Amino acid sequence: MTTTETGTFDEASLVRRAKQGDSSAYSELVSKYERKVFRLAKNITQNDEDAEDVLQDAFLKAYEHLDDFQEQSKFYTWLVRIAVNEALMRLRKRKTDRTVPLDEPVDTGEETVVREIAVWEDDPEQRYGKTELRGILDESILSLKPAFRTVFQLRDIEELSTEETAELLGLSVPAVKSRLLRARLQLRERLTRFFKRKGDDVFAYL
Amino acid sequence: MLTCKEFLQELSDFLDETVDPGLRNNLEAHITACPNCFVILDTTKRTIQVYKGVDAQPIPEDVHLRLMRAVDRKAAARRQPNAT
Repeated sequence: MTTTETGTFDEASLVRRAKQGDSSAYSELVSKYERKVFRLAKNITQNDEDAEDVLQDAFLKAYEHLDDFQEQSKFYTWLVRIAVNEALMRLRKRKTDRTVPLDEPVDTGEETVVREIAVWEDDPEQRYGKTELRGILDESILSLKPAFRTVFQLRDIEELSTEETAELLGLSVPAVKSRLLRARLQLRERLTRFFKRKGDDVFAYL
Repeated sequence: MLTCKEFLQELSDFLDETVDPGLRNNLEAHITACPNCFVILDTTKRTIQVYKGVDAQPIPEDVHLRLMRAVDRKAAARRQPNAT
């Protein structure tokens, strides 16, 4: 077992075993992270088929290059970088793609993103079942422009730094910050529709 | 006193605690005086928390099986580097 009694996942020892050729250790890493990598890939490519290809390619590439992985950083952070690169490559390859490349400038300037201001319930997640809550969150994040969604995904879900995000996406640090702000405000706005305190239907406009 | 617009421009850095102490004081003064911006700050913070707190959905079983098979093939190739 690689899960200790406290429930901590011993990633470092799995990585060491995998490096030494223990394929079952690598399979455990795959099982641990496949959901997160698939979600990441789907949020970037917006497509199940591409997301599956990215998922496979990322795990195979990581396996192939396992010896290059320096154990000072977390395995998952390293894996995320590989997965993001695979996903971006796939976006670029799409022949009929009409989406704007993620490293192109987007207007983050003057659009009004704060329209609704309402206090949320103390524990709004309790109002929805787990599946329903996931549905709300997935639908909300998919409604963002790709340029905003990817930055939110990397910064707030995968917890990469601003600098790492900028480097991966080929953006400047100010561009990452500005997109992150828009993404957070737009998601806040969407979630407010679901999470606001009942009977507290006060709208304010800025 | 900062305007609401100025407050919103700094909201992300304020949440990430990357603003310098002088600006932080001004931002804190603004939310003390402005209930709207206080709510925006609170609900934006909770937006981030709710996304962090929810696990990704399990992937479809067939996608999982194809991935595992691909990894197994790779592992076999690693064990026999000369095999074609």
